[in-house]
Amino acid sequence: MTPAARLSVKRFKPGQAVRVRRAFPPGHIRTPIYIRGAAGVIERDCGDCVNAEERAFARSGLPALPLYRVRFRQQEIWPGYDGPDSDSIEIEIYANWLEPA
Amino acid sequence: MTGFPSDDVPELARGVHDMGGLPGGPVDRHEHAVSLWEKRVDALLVLLTRKGVFSVDELRNAIERLGAEAYTAMSYYERWTASIAWNLMQRGVITADELGKRMAEIEAEGRQ
Amino acid sequence: MSHTHDHDHDHHHPAGSAPQRHPFQPDDPPPTGHYQLMAVALRELLIEKGVLGADEIRAQIERMDARGPHLGAKVVAKAWSDPAYKARLLADGPKACAELGIELDGMRLTVVEDKPALHNLIVCTLCSCYPRALLGLPPAWYKSADYRKRAVREPRAVLKEFGTELAATTAVRVHDSTAELRYIVLPLRPAGTEGWSEEKLAGLVTRDTMIGVTLPKAG
Repeated sequence: MTPAARLSVKRFKPGQAVRVRRAFPPGHIRTPIYIRGAAGVIERDCGDCVNAEERAFARSGLPALPLYRVRFRQQEIWPGYDGPDSDSIEIEIYANWLEPA
Repeated sequence: MTGFPSDDVPELARGVHDMGGLPGGPVDRHEHAVSLWEKRVDALLVLLTRKGVFSVDELRNAIERLGAEAYTAMSYYERWTASIAWNLMQRGVITADELGKRMAEIEAEGRQ
Repeated sequence: MSHTHDHDHDHHHPAGSAPQRHPFQPDDPPPTGHYQLMAVALRELLIEKGVLGADEIRAQIERMDARGPHLGAKVVAKAWSDPAYKARLLADGPKACAELGIELDGMRLTVVEDKPALHNLIVCTLCSCYPRALLGLPPAWYKSADYRKRAVREPRAVLKEFGTELAATTAVRVHDSTAELRYIVLPLRPAGTEGWSEEKLAGLVTRDTMIGVTLPKAG
């Protein structure tokens, strides 16, 4: 069994509240460090995508992982954010980085 | 943890490339034409990944491991060149020895 | 050995824009020469080993040179003119591009739509993900450390540097392009363009308006 196959794969629906795992492993990680630990809402399900964390080390990246676009409120991410409450940021995040909030 | 995830990361865990939210200066909006050698490097990468010699994730991975000083000092396509070389060696397509010898030869003959 | 290099010369640069380097920019220092040598060596070795062909490399450069913001502008102008097309574009970017004969080579184009009270901005903080198949190669500033650092945290200040000031009642939505999707902004059609042809409308749509750092303006 490849390491990727052991990852727990969660399915979320648009509108569902999620939290990005607060973890700092070494490796090739596509979840920016500034968003780890933040709470957001699923914007859309992008389908299953090759696991970049695995493919970065010359493996197939299969099984594919669900990829989501998650929306966050800027005022919850940055201290002293200079903009209205309605400003947001959207990031593509793989399922292994998300937990239900 | 504080109320702001971005403000509370272990800095040692931050890769040099993972720079979103760090303080920065004014954006230099000058236009730069992409030079021929850069276009050739771009084309090499596109073709190598299309043929499955290595993946774009491997390209990025090796760039992220250049070290902070090199990452910052090198230009965009210099980073790509270093990473393509690394990945071709990793995949056994070329050896360090033949790359080094060829570079010396090209320099001596002034080829481009 | 010296005959293996391909002979694509400066005609690949659009007229009047021969390779130039701005005197100094921290994220884009002049090449040391070491990596240029390495790049030449890599190209020669790959051709000799039969991994790539010289013609293939030349053709790929030509393919990239043929791509540019004019393709995105065509798509945006069509969406401005045809509500049914706009709906298809927002639902499935690659398919809607294919309708106009624009092939994206598997790139997962995602179009994000500006609204009267919503402005979208694109960045890739981790590297330089960019909708190359639709807009061509990204500008240097898009790949620069300063843009990547600041666009997510102080988008309004960055927009101001590009001359774009938004009302406080307009929400800014930043898209950090971290994985498989590639984005363009569908800006609002400027007032005063009623009755314009798609071709004339396309003239208003610049690269920067599709990244979201500027707004299209009529006249």
